[in-house]
Amino acid sequence: MTTDGPVGAPGKDADETAAETAPAATPAAKEPGSDDSFMAHFLHNLWSANTVTVTVLSIVLATIVGAVLIVVSDPDVLHTFSYFTARPSDALTASWDLISGAYADLFKGAIVDPATVSAWADGSGTWRQVFFPISETLTYAAPLAFTGLSVAIAFRGGLFNIGGQGQAVLGTIIAALAGFALPLPPVLHLIAALLAGLIGGAVWGFIPGILKARTGAHEVIVSIMLNYTATLFLGWLILQKGVQQPGRSDAISKTVDGSAQLPSFGGELRANLGIVLAVLATIGVAWLLNRSAFGFELRAVGANSHAARTAGISVAKTYTLLMVVAGGLAGLGGATQVLGTAYALTPQVAGNIGFDGLLVALLGRNRPWGTLGAALLFGALRAGGNRMQSYTGISLELVTVLQALIVIFIAAPALVKAIFRLRAARSARLGASIAKGW
Amino acid sequence: MHPVSTGAARRLRSVLRLQEIPLRLELRGITKRFGDLVANDHIDLTVEPGEVHALLGENGAGKSTLMNQLYGLLQPDEGEIVVDGEARTFRSPRDAIAAGIGMVHQHFMLVPVFTVAENIALGAEKTKAGFLDRRRARREVLEVSERYGLPVDPDALVENLPVGAQQRVEIVKALTRDVDLLILDEPTAVLTPQETEELLAVMRGLCDAGKSIVFITHKLKEVKAIADRITVIRRGRTVGTASPGTAEDELAALMVGRAVTLEVDKTPAEPGREVLTISGLAVADDRGVRAVDDVDLVVRAGEVLGIAGVQGNGQTELVEAVMGLRTPLAGSITVDNEDLIRMSTKQILRSGIGYVPEDRSLDGVVKEFSVAENLVLDQYDRPPYGNAFRLDPAAVDKSARERVEQFDIRTSSPDSAVGTLSGGNQQKVVVAREMSRPLRLFIASQPTRGVDVGSIEFIHGRIVHERDVGTAVLVVSSELDEVVALADRIAVMYRGKILAIVPPDTPREELGLLMAGITDSTRPASDAGDPAAEKGTE
Repeated sequence: MTTDGPVGAPGKDADETAAETAPAATPAAKEPGSDDSFMAHFLHNLWSANTVTVTVLSIVLATIVGAVLIVVSDPDVLHTFSYFTARPSDALTASWDLISGAYADLFKGAIVDPATVSAWADGSGTWRQVFFPISETLTYAAPLAFTGLSVAIAFRGGLFNIGGQGQAVLGTIIAALAGFALPLPPVLHLIAALLAGLIGGAVWGFIPGILKARTGAHEVIVSIMLNYTATLFLGWLILQKGVQQPGRSDAISKTVDGSAQLPSFGGELRANLGIVLAVLATIGVAWLLNRSAFGFELRAVGANSHAARTAGISVAKTYTLLMVVAGGLAGLGGATQVLGTAYALTPQVAGNIGFDGLLVALLGRNRPWGTLGAALLFGALRAGGNRMQSYTGISLELVTVLQALIVIFIAAPALVKAIFRLRAARSARLGASIAKGW
Repeated sequence: MHPVSTGAARRLRSVLRLQEIPLRLELRGITKRFGDLVANDHIDLTVEPGEVHALLGENGAGKSTLMNQLYGLLQPDEGEIVVDGEARTFRSPRDAIAAGIGMVHQHFMLVPVFTVAENIALGAEKTKAGFLDRRRARREVLEVSERYGLPVDPDALVENLPVGAQQRVEIVKALTRDVDLLILDEPTAVLTPQETEELLAVMRGLCDAGKSIVFITHKLKEVKAIADRITVIRRGRTVGTASPGTAEDELAALMVGRAVTLEVDKTPAEPGREVLTISGLAVADDRGVRAVDDVDLVVRAGEVLGIAGVQGNGQTELVEAVMGLRTPLAGSITVDNEDLIRMSTKQILRSGIGYVPEDRSLDGVVKEFSVAENLVLDQYDRPPYGNAFRLDPAAVDKSARERVEQFDIRTSSPDSAVGTLSGGNQQKVVVAREMSRPLRLFIASQPTRGVDVGSIEFIHGRIVHERDVGTAVLVVSSELDEVVALADRIAVMYRGKILAIVPPDTPREELGLLMAGITDSTRPASDAGDPAAEKGTE
């Protein structure tokens, strides 16, 4: 996991400060013994249950459990286990072939397929085929990064934004409307459409924010309700005259004008400007959290709203503004989805990106760069899962199971520590407290 | 001591309900390390049957660590725990309780929505046909509370009880487990002076009944009032044992490791213009009850006005109203003729008013934030630390280093989380923050609650210094000693009203009576103005 960047004292990560949480503060230097070799030190750090180790091992554990599931779900391989005592090699070989094949396809579908590289080298393939898997990964990752950042920043301010889905849906709706209804010149049109998506999400975030600030209504309840509202509104809107694609009777809207689409590499390479925007958003959120006055306020309110209020910070204002920002991020996620890949509204246009954003933020420990990394991982699993399904015949649902397993292991760091017998778990306890907050 | 194993003896005792057999405890060379930090360094401690043994030391000296090992919450790295002559290992509090050792923690371990009897039964539930035997639980509670003179109502909900009563519940809970040695971890930190008195009486009674008590504290007066023997711990080591006859200065010097002045050194005040003027103020508390009722107060530049009173007589609400944290029902609050009531907390803090809230961990600091961040918690968006949009980490860090130096904040680095600091140093962070800008008015609520002796001396010195440079200072404290030491005038608050404003050399007895709500006008007419009669009423 990455830290929020090279920031000064105020941007100190909770992770790092927690690592310094000695039982009592003494000025005693914490220099490691100078006779320790680098390797010993490295191994010690590796086996100390810090958040990075727990995250990595959670992924390892999830793939192991996933491997078992792959074997169990394949009748042919399962059959070889019926005569396991007679000829164990059959079962083991079959299992190994299946598992290694499946995970190899996952890798080839998500990162790179060596066959396409050699094909490109000898001229029988194109560079586009080489970059296709990574393009798919980035395509899936971009909206998740936005919704993940939305959840993460809200969580740092002490709010649980479960409404990312609704905010993303509103983002797709408004961005798409701007995309096919506004007659604007190319660059301007795209900016207008993105802004429209941002505003759509921000409005949908503002509602639970202001209700929380003014009346104390719990943001979780309100935003869950707004999720339904947004989805049903989308389903109704698509069928209205002026929105529905002329000549179609099914639920699909007009196509977004080319001038409002996020530029991509074209052809089968769907990767588009969205992922660049996601990286920019990550930088923006990291700056906002650590270097801005508003970030200071929201972190103070999130950590101790009483002390923040006593120090003159308006908790109500912070909650409202925070939900607007979180909603805006989720709205941008929806906008990249519809302007970057879908190009038209359908009832499922936003997929599950809002809810997956919760998992991405959890995996990224609510840190901006961690969240981006988690979004890339989830994007890779999704892209690789497509290939695994078509080549090895393993259901795409396995990817969902893998994602769920990773998150479960992350949420239960004590379990991971017990399995790997990790040492000192101070920062893992922090993980536990984050998980408890959910 | 006993040829029989203590476990067997204890079982026998609990079966037969024999007369108390006092327990003798010895800790030999207890050592506990956390990484590079040696929290306990070969500590020896003997607790004789029936004695109150005070464990005295500053916050972070290692007292709680030592007791957590005795209670089985931590395991010592070296050394042994010897109970009645037999070395024991406690893997959990259950083992410690079985060996006759009970503990009352500083933060109570009670379930607020359970009744007293349910809380006491919790963890050792006696069941009847699978159901909690409530009748038996009630009977046990009543029995113990009768036997040791600890009045508790078994049917009251814990959340409705005052803090002092909750503590009695904790003590009764320990006693129902048949323990003979009771560890009380900073028991008076949360109590009012009256409740403290009651607790000390209870402790005396328990010792007379043959129980021994380890009393952890850093309050010298209480130690002298109750302890039979005193062990002083500093930085994880035993630095001395003392008898209760030892002078307070001497004990304080042992604790802190250098001579400390307990008296506040100050010159007579030179009051100037009226800075804070409160008139006809009425404020409601969280339940909507009128906690501050028609209060008039004036604090002048260059003087300390102390508000004395038992906690919960409206002091909190009064101060919160001044700070804009609570909207008054009626009345006016002005500073140099500016109306504060219409201003937000931020504007009030900006207008040259410094505020140290009474509940440090809740309202004073953000524990997850670094020392540097906490030092700018209410100034982060003003130059030089930043503006409405961005922060300047370099400026924050630079000023933090200066403050840490200037206010003697003991921290490994300005980047450490404030939660890792001792209570006294956390309080210094709050004081440093609030005194680091030009002030017209400085308000401190319970400025030294839960703060070690060394830090108290420092904080008091800074408050007097602030007065001397011409700031108007309002100090609210439920510690009468503190108010008397700091104040140039004392306002006594009782049930939301200012009963009287008196000079600090007013006799203690008179202040005590005022704090209990007894004034000249409420006394019988014949007694008024008759000092002899006044003494008689005590």
